[in-house]
Amino acid sequence: MEMANQGMTLYDKIWAAHEVGERVDGNNLLYIDLQLLHEVTSPQAFEGLQLNKRPLWRVDANLATPDHNVPTQDREKGLDGITDLIALEQVVTLDENCRDFGVRQFDILDQRQGIVHVVGPEQGATLPGMTIVCGDSHTSTHGAFAALAQGVGTSEVEHVMATQCLVQNKAKNFAVMVHGALADGVSAKDLILAIIGKLGTAGATGYTIEYMGETIRNLSMEGRMTLCNMSIEAGARAGLVAVDEVTLEYVAGRPFSPTGVLWDQAEAYWRTLKSDADAHFDSRLEIDAAGIVPQVTWGTSPEMVTGVDGVVPDPDDFADSVQRESAGHALKYMDLEPGTAITDIQLDRIFIGSCTNARIEDLRAAAGVIKGKTLAPNIKEALVVPGSGLVKAQAEEEGLAKIFVDAGFQWRAAGCSMCLGMNPDRVGPGEHCASTSNRNFEGRQGHGGRTHLVSPATAAASAIAGHFVDVRGW
Amino acid sequence: MQAFDTHTGLAVPLDRVNVDTDQIIPKQYLKSIKRTGFGDYLFDAWRFHDQGDIGMTRNERQINHRFALNLPAYQGASVLLARDNFGCGSSREHAVWALLEYGIRVVLAPSFADIFYGNCFKNGLLPVVLGEAEIDTLFGLAAEGLNLTVDLPNQQVVVKDGHSFGFEIAAGLKEKMLSGMDDIALSLQHRELITTFENKHRTAQPWLFDRQPQQ
Repeated sequence: MEMANQGMTLYDKIWAAHEVGERVDGNNLLYIDLQLLHEVTSPQAFEGLQLNKRPLWRVDANLATPDHNVPTQDREKGLDGITDLIALEQVVTLDENCRDFGVRQFDILDQRQGIVHVVGPEQGATLPGMTIVCGDSHTSTHGAFAALAQGVGTSEVEHVMATQCLVQNKAKNFAVMVHGALADGVSAKDLILAIIGKLGTAGATGYTIEYMGETIRNLSMEGRMTLCNMSIEAGARAGLVAVDEVTLEYVAGRPFSPTGVLWDQAEAYWRTLKSDADAHFDSRLEIDAAGIVPQVTWGTSPEMVTGVDGVVPDPDDFADSVQRESAGHALKYMDLEPGTAITDIQLDRIFIGSCTNARIEDLRAAAGVIKGKTLAPNIKEALVVPGSGLVKAQAEEEGLAKIFVDAGFQWRAAGCSMCLGMNPDRVGPGEHCASTSNRNFEGRQGHGGRTHLVSPATAAASAIAGHFVDVRGW
Repeated sequence: MQAFDTHTGLAVPLDRVNVDTDQIIPKQYLKSIKRTGFGDYLFDAWRFHDQGDIGMTRNERQINHRFALNLPAYQGASVLLARDNFGCGSSREHAVWALLEYGIRVVLAPSFADIFYGNCFKNGLLPVVLGEAEIDTLFGLAAEGLNLTVDLPNQQVVVKDGHSFGFEIAAGLKEKMLSGMDDIALSLQHRELITTFENKHRTAQPWLFDRQPQQ
């Protein structure tokens, strides 16, 4: 129970500003300001509206773009470039639904198309203090803007379409406090992997995480998005970072951002979006950033992670019997021997992309470590998939695309791509892939594929070496 | 939505922690624009040795005869016995649709991932949280063949020999499950409440409404 005059957390504040009230069955309604839509989790929701003859509650609160299924080659051909007919039907269905319901869409040929979680912030569609949902668990990304952003299932997508509300009861508050400076070559990706390693994949289930401390304040918005993106990998449906000058500077001047008097009014409110000094958190974790080395996952859950200077653990070293068995399964799937140095793991594929790490700073970090070098001969394929058409254009203008191509990487069009391999970009059976994505689950990137989650700099440098390398000494 | 009251059925044990929704229903099946057609592909990469795709039938597949769901003893199971953090990862509701279509009506586990847990209640699949020790006991019994009854009104899991375990569930969620009522219809009964809030919200944060992109 909150006591009188008890301070509020950032999450408490956003929740309070969107609490509609209680339904007759005792469940809460939470108002949603923005719903992002893509082709995979929306068709059944649109169909539900049609069957029940229900309109969208608020057309202007929806924004769509195809991302999961779209091929990253032959983009100029548009829909004709999609050779998988089932995928094509899904993308066409999104086009039709957006047209029929009047939803704004950045379609496959629009330069603003891209991964929803890259597009929203880039366009200023994502703003501080908002509530945001999307039928995708990495919606937590938008929490970097102090927006309460959550992944939802398709029934919830339909519910928000029809009522502008989510049926939800409040989560608990979790403070992840990070102090100190990250070493050169250590990025937000390494930080979040290290946090997940400490919390475990269910450590924050039932909570909203707020990332706090000077290390977070010193991260760019792109770094904060990487951090919040993977909150779900620790079990938290949402992650948050308070508003500061970095946030305001990023948001100003974007296509959907307010201007003039409206901006002034918004800014005054946004500056209040931080936890009060005496706010109550139900759980806390303190992290020393200086102690974090570049991270590499060795197993089939994001919590199975260690430093690049470490070794593959021995399942027998886990005290807990369930963890022991789970690690054993993972090593069998990954075909790794306990005690193997991480830097001795040979790689077959490289994937630089995804809603976690496909923004311009990620591409700069990756390009920065490979300039003038070429792919190791054992790398069958190295993909760079920008997060949006606009990121792609910017990277080309900055000369990053040329650095990748000269090094032997493939420069592709925007989409989710090999993060989940719904489109033709896959990791083959038994292959090891250094990936900047967010999930190393069995078969995630392709049937029998073996994923290692890393930062963009680690992925790029490892592509040159052919095995994992420590970018700190690169 | 299918309402849920009491269900009796055979339990199949899935002895793994952190079973993610990518395992429950792999990505290639998410290309469907329908809510049905997923049951044949539940736990696809574990149930079958070969890589499946939309439209493939069971006869065309290489069955993994060692996987619990394929064992003769567990044919017809409608209760899934699982471990910690079941349903983690992707928000895909297809995971719940696949379980239901396969014939699962209840999942028993020490803990569930949030999004999956919520998705269950939209479809009439009952997720039941039991203690670690109770789940261990059930795993032991399931090895011998376990029929159990899940009684939602009384919040009890009853094992054949009369043994029973109580479980907790939020009152609102229980109510929703028992009534099987259309969630959207229920929310729309509160149209006035939503509109009143929306008008207040529009006054407080006008920049969130009628947004047009500027170049």
